[in-house]
Amino acid sequence: MAVVFDRPNSLEDVSTHFCPGCGHGIVHRLVCEVLDEMGVIGDTIAVVPVGCSVMSYNYFGCDVIQAPHGRAPAVATGAKRVNPDKVVFTYQGDGDLAAIGTAETVHSGTRGENIVIIFINNTTYGMTGGQMAPTTLPGQVTQTTPFGRNTDTAGFPIRICEMMSTLSGVALAQRVAIDSVPHIREAKKAIRKAFDNQVNKRGLSIVEVLSTCPTNWGLSPTASMDFVRDKMIPYYPLGVYKDKTADEEAAK
Amino acid sequence: MTTEIILAGFGGQGILFTGKVLAYCGLMAGKELSWLPSYGPEMRGGTANCSVCISDEPIGSPLVANPDILIAMNGPSYNKFIGTVKPGGLVLVDSSIVDEACTRDDITYVAIPATDMASESGMNGSANMILMGRMLVESGLFDMDVVKKAMEKCIPPKRANLIEVNMKAVQMGAASK
Amino acid sequence: MKGNEALAEAAIRCGCKCFFGYPITPQTELSAYMAKRMEKSGGVFLQAESEIAAINMVLGAASTGVRAMTSSSSPGVSLKAEGISYMAGSDLPAVIINVQRGGPGLGSIQPAQSDYFQATKAMGHGDFHVMVLAPCSVQEMVDAVTLAFDKADQYRMPVMILADGLLGQMMEPVTFPEAKTELPDKSDWAACGHKNGRKHHIINSLFLDAPLLEAKVKERYERYKQIEENETDAELYMCDGAEIVVAAYGATARVAKSAVTKARAEGIKAGLFRPKTLWPFPVKEINQACKDAKCILDVEMSMGQMIYDVKLATECRIPVEFYGRTGGVIPTPAEVYDEIKKLTGGAQ
Repeated sequence: MAVVFDRPNSLEDVSTHFCPGCGHGIVHRLVCEVLDEMGVIGDTIAVVPVGCSVMSYNYFGCDVIQAPHGRAPAVATGAKRVNPDKVVFTYQGDGDLAAIGTAETVHSGTRGENIVIIFINNTTYGMTGGQMAPTTLPGQVTQTTPFGRNTDTAGFPIRICEMMSTLSGVALAQRVAIDSVPHIREAKKAIRKAFDNQVNKRGLSIVEVLSTCPTNWGLSPTASMDFVRDKMIPYYPLGVYKDKTADEEAAK
Repeated sequence: MTTEIILAGFGGQGILFTGKVLAYCGLMAGKELSWLPSYGPEMRGGTANCSVCISDEPIGSPLVANPDILIAMNGPSYNKFIGTVKPGGLVLVDSSIVDEACTRDDITYVAIPATDMASESGMNGSANMILMGRMLVESGLFDMDVVKKAMEKCIPPKRANLIEVNMKAVQMGAASK
Repeated sequence: MKGNEALAEAAIRCGCKCFFGYPITPQTELSAYMAKRMEKSGGVFLQAESEIAAINMVLGAASTGVRAMTSSSSPGVSLKAEGISYMAGSDLPAVIINVQRGGPGLGSIQPAQSDYFQATKAMGHGDFHVMVLAPCSVQEMVDAVTLAFDKADQYRMPVMILADGLLGQMMEPVTFPEAKTELPDKSDWAACGHKNGRKHHIINSLFLDAPLLEAKVKERYERYKQIEENETDAELYMCDGAEIVVAAYGATARVAKSAVTKARAEGIKAGLFRPKTLWPFPVKEINQACKDAKCILDVEMSMGQMIYDVKLATECRIPVEFYGRTGGVIPTPAEVYDEIKKLTGGAQ
């Protein structure tokens, strides 16, 4: 019988620690499918952060560096600058990328570091048990916003792609989601474009993926997907916020 | 023997450069040497000073507390360091700028209007070299050919024209005695 | 050449392929020199957005097996502490330079030695050491860089050069070693792409399984033990028959040496013990230096930090007195001489 669905070669053959319904598994798969298609896994270095995705070092089939909290873009900068012919990507959550690591995110973008950032936005700190993240929605209940996020005291959620799109060194800033099959297909295309950009030395590409955290949201896996569609996408509109390559082609 | 020198004045008078030339003189003459600048806010327009040690033996502290030789190019520097000069030491001041009268009788005190001398001969900014020239004849520290070699080391080739200007100023200072 | 520039040139000659820094007085000349020289020598210079980013760029580059360096001064080194701890926990080699200035806080920009505790005892969270070298001249800075890169690679750990503003700013004659052409092979652990030829390498400091982390740390401490046995270094100056031994490192040791020389000339039996490695502390060497001593005078540009290592190393058998200036004030040879005289009662 023909095999129509299999584990990508770039994904290690191990079981993950992710919770049922967690979006990390889907995004891991998409990244590895892209690395398979491009045939670059042997020349790839992944940088994993602090948070749920730290243990991705056991899952990605390439060489992996574990970075301090928020510092993945700086670590990736160091690795890429001395290995310009390797493919270097970071895989970061929202607390890591948009709170403690904001400076590293912004400055790797403005320098136009030739790296890929896969940014998982699930509106919460998953590993530490569901505290408010910089991306937690207004009114959303978390461990540290027990009465819902009050924007008067806790401020507003940060829209990373919009911000990154203002930086000259950024080649691609695109927000995608994994709540439906069409969205997942779109997400893979964006991830492929990001890695192509790196190979073509276009600068920094960031793909923000709206993902799920059923455990900390207190929702079932299917209800979590509804939350992404009904609550997150309205606040974080999907789309391409910057695409240097497409802009240049359109100008031709 | 060790000769300890302090050079002091305003930022921009070429204090650190003069010290560097003296340090290179030490190198050219096969001596042990050290050069230590004051750094920090002084570098940005205030007072500047540096310590230079020239010795036959390895140098201990590069920070000069009690100099054998002091070159003071402004009043505040003169007042700050005059009391620290060793008895029997040599003090040179730019009398175009320093008004203070000498308060010590146990030192050799030389006052020359270096800034005026420089501008009168169309060599603005060379007062430091005039004072160094005079210091060299007073102290007998280095010969002119050593100074020339040091100057060549301190000035990059693309600004080689300055070597001649500086040497002229050094000689003018030497001849002022 | 200025001390800061000499550190940079030496690093390039050691095969250092990248430098990541952030401006701070009094080490800025090092960055400026790297900016000029590094690209020409085929390496990478990058001014990072922060000290934190700079040390993490070093982490990233070192993970791929190249020689990497960063430098800073006291407040900036505090910011690097996180990255240094991660590097120690990931067994990554790198060279970190601290051109110390007065503290705490923003402090002053003048020379100080008040980061001794930080460097030798608590360079970050967790059980670990960095090797700490303490040069006292521009030439020794060059030698220390060479040694630092070699030892970092040999033991797979960060090595710190603990200098100060005086050494960084001063100019002295210096000779450089020939540029290194052969560098250690790190392909057995580095994360530089497996070319589909081996299992993936993971550079990591996270071990959620407590007994596994304990084993990792213990393995590291076995290495530390070897370092303590093999890598200590110190200068003993006029210690034969010395009844008072001055203990000082770095720039302060130069001041102390002038004072000791003067004391000897005055008939006082003084000597100098100058550790060149601060971790590991030269225990054997200080006991050798102090075999005839009735008193040790510890001199530092701090309120007294190395003094605890001096006491521990000599097991408090000999009284240890202290003289220090801090906040950026440099002690003079005359002050140290006066202390020697006071403690010995003058010539015997």
